[in-house]
Amino acid sequence: MKLTKHLAGVVIASTCLCAPALAQTKLTMWYHGAGNEVESRILNQIISDFNTSQSDWTVTIESFPEKSYNDSVAAAALAGNLPDILDVDGPVMPNWAWAGYLQPLPIDESEFADFLPGAKGVWDGKLYSVGLWEAAVALFARQSTLDELGLRTPTLDKPWSREEFMAALDAAKASGKYEFALDLGMNDQAEWYSYAFSPFLQSFGGDIVDRSTYKTAEGALNGEAAQAFGKWWQSLFTGGYAPGTSEDPADQQTGFIGGKFAFQWNGNWRAVATMEAVDDVVFLPAPDFGAGNKIGAGSWQFGVSAKSKHPEGAAEFIKFAAQDKYLAAFSDGIGLIPPTPSAAQMTKNYKEGGPLAVFFDLSKAQALVRPVTPGYVVQAKVFTKALADIANGADVADTLDAAVDEIDADIESNGGYGHR
Amino acid sequence: MAVNPDNYGLRLFVRYLVLCLIALIFIFPLVFMINSSFKPDSQLLADTSSLRAFLPVGDISLNNYFGAFRRAPVGLFVLNSVLVTGATVLLSLLICSLAAFSFAFLRWKGRDVLLSVVIATLIIPFETIAIPLLLLVSKLPWIGLDGLHWGWLNSYRVQIIPWIADGLTIFLFVQYFKALPGELIEASRVEGASWWQVYYRVVMPLSGPVLATAAILKFLIMYNQYLWPLIVVQQESYRPVMVGLGYFFQLNVAWGEVMAYLTLITVPVLTFYLLLQRAFIASIASTGVKG
Repeated sequence: MKLTKHLAGVVIASTCLCAPALAQTKLTMWYHGAGNEVESRILNQIISDFNTSQSDWTVTIESFPEKSYNDSVAAAALAGNLPDILDVDGPVMPNWAWAGYLQPLPIDESEFADFLPGAKGVWDGKLYSVGLWEAAVALFARQSTLDELGLRTPTLDKPWSREEFMAALDAAKASGKYEFALDLGMNDQAEWYSYAFSPFLQSFGGDIVDRSTYKTAEGALNGEAAQAFGKWWQSLFTGGYAPGTSEDPADQQTGFIGGKFAFQWNGNWRAVATMEAVDDVVFLPAPDFGAGNKIGAGSWQFGVSAKSKHPEGAAEFIKFAAQDKYLAAFSDGIGLIPPTPSAAQMTKNYKEGGPLAVFFDLSKAQALVRPVTPGYVVQAKVFTKALADIANGADVADTLDAAVDEIDADIESNGGYGHR
Repeated sequence: MAVNPDNYGLRLFVRYLVLCLIALIFIFPLVFMINSSFKPDSQLLADTSSLRAFLPVGDISLNNYFGAFRRAPVGLFVLNSVLVTGATVLLSLLICSLAAFSFAFLRWKGRDVLLSVVIATLIIPFETIAIPLLLLVSKLPWIGLDGLHWGWLNSYRVQIIPWIADGLTIFLFVQYFKALPGELIEASRVEGASWWQVYYRVVMPLSGPVLATAAILKFLIMYNQYLWPLIVVQQESYRPVMVGLGYFFQLNVAWGEVMAYLTLITVPVLTFYLLLQRAFIASIASTGVKG
């Protein structure tokens, strides 16, 4: 009898002690960074902190390789197997929202008021996702190169004009010191083309699609401004300023550092490694081709799956992860831009006077998100093919007209992608 | 015309020289992969523009291998692939040979029509049925140790069962079985052997070459699986090697680790091939019709 009482006491005590753990509702989360040790370490730390910080929710993570992540999510959506929290690339977010993979974040947008615009995923007037970092591209150069070639150092307030930029390329080419004046990373024909090169088109005054309606690319991608952009783009290759689509994939990692190029159009994810190898590297703003200087915006962000039965729990986690200390940890860890000024001040690279602070300013001043439409995933591919074809010598007008036809046909076949 | 021994030697030398050069073209990618797996990225990329890319020179170390194991659970991926591939190959050899036996030796209504349908499946690309198959397997029931489950996603069975039977393997067996001497089968039946006994006592012992061929083909298909596991497996614990390759393609690609990973996942393929090559030769030597 005594033993039975003891046993009953132990069982009751165990049950009471375990109660908080049992009460936690499990939330699943998918992430695109499998294989990225630093990202995984920081994210696992955030999850661990979140799970111990409260007793309502416990988050478990499943990481996927980035290159195949979108396909995995699309397949899971078909099979009705989506998790609670989804990691989504900024420009893809409208497509996932439109396709019913995501639901609006049950968080007031004012909570992210100080975030860089590119780190907030807004579609159809609703906030769907928030990024823990932002990315930016810049023109990598050596100060010594600028000095030797007698070039003015461009600033955000006074970037190079088209004429100044071409004069810089001409000077680099004429110096005979470089194999090519400019490295654009032409071998990477994934989303790099639309992310890195569509801002040039936008700086000419064109765009991938007409953003006023999102129902056609007519005029935006084949109008006068776009034609001018196309001819300029082709001249970079016919003029021998930059290698074409068969460029060595290694160039983006070693070409500028090794002195093969005078200038390199590259992202801030390469900035730390470049600074370590090139003492006098400077990161210059995009040239202004007439309609303002632009760079792309929007990186990976967190959203809540449309199938989640616990959106409030998923939102709690996203809010928790968006604390400055974690934004700073990601920035220090992987070199990307923290999305808030306060987090930037906590980082070694982006604080005021930091070696990469210029990227925060670039992102704030120049960034333009890619077309905010579900059709972007198709439009990016069409744009990439058009730019590759033009670089390879295709007729500019014909190529852009064909691209417009393809984009318009896709928009039509998808019922306008929900744009009213 | 008499053969001049000198000319014969010269011709032999030239022939072997040409063959060696052709062999080098095929072996160069492997040599590049293995040598590069020991080099740091900076040297690997610099060497690509010269013959040094094919030589184990410079700063050689095992760092890329350590890096590969840190970046991804390489052992788990290889184990998953070997498990899925091994199980599928074994089950495929059994099921497809049984089906082919029926098509080749048994007389039943609709046999030829069904065989035509099976062969017709060869022209259907897998990509066209991937989505319907995904929807199907995501709803199928399964009874495990812990009861009834709905949906096969995130499991070994979803990577194995849909791939067991296929038109090509059945077709290979049918063609081979039809070429076997009919007298053997007839004699076995006259002496009282059941069809099952004919299958495993007479036909299968004579089928070494087709078993080896079917096994190699199936092994290569299964070990190189990418699309199917990508869409049906979301948990790392079930991922195979080809999906695991994606772990190495970040914004800054660690090429040395990519080469180390590729070298590591090539080992099971080479091992399997070498093992089966011996079995293949042995099977040819030990089979045949005694006169």
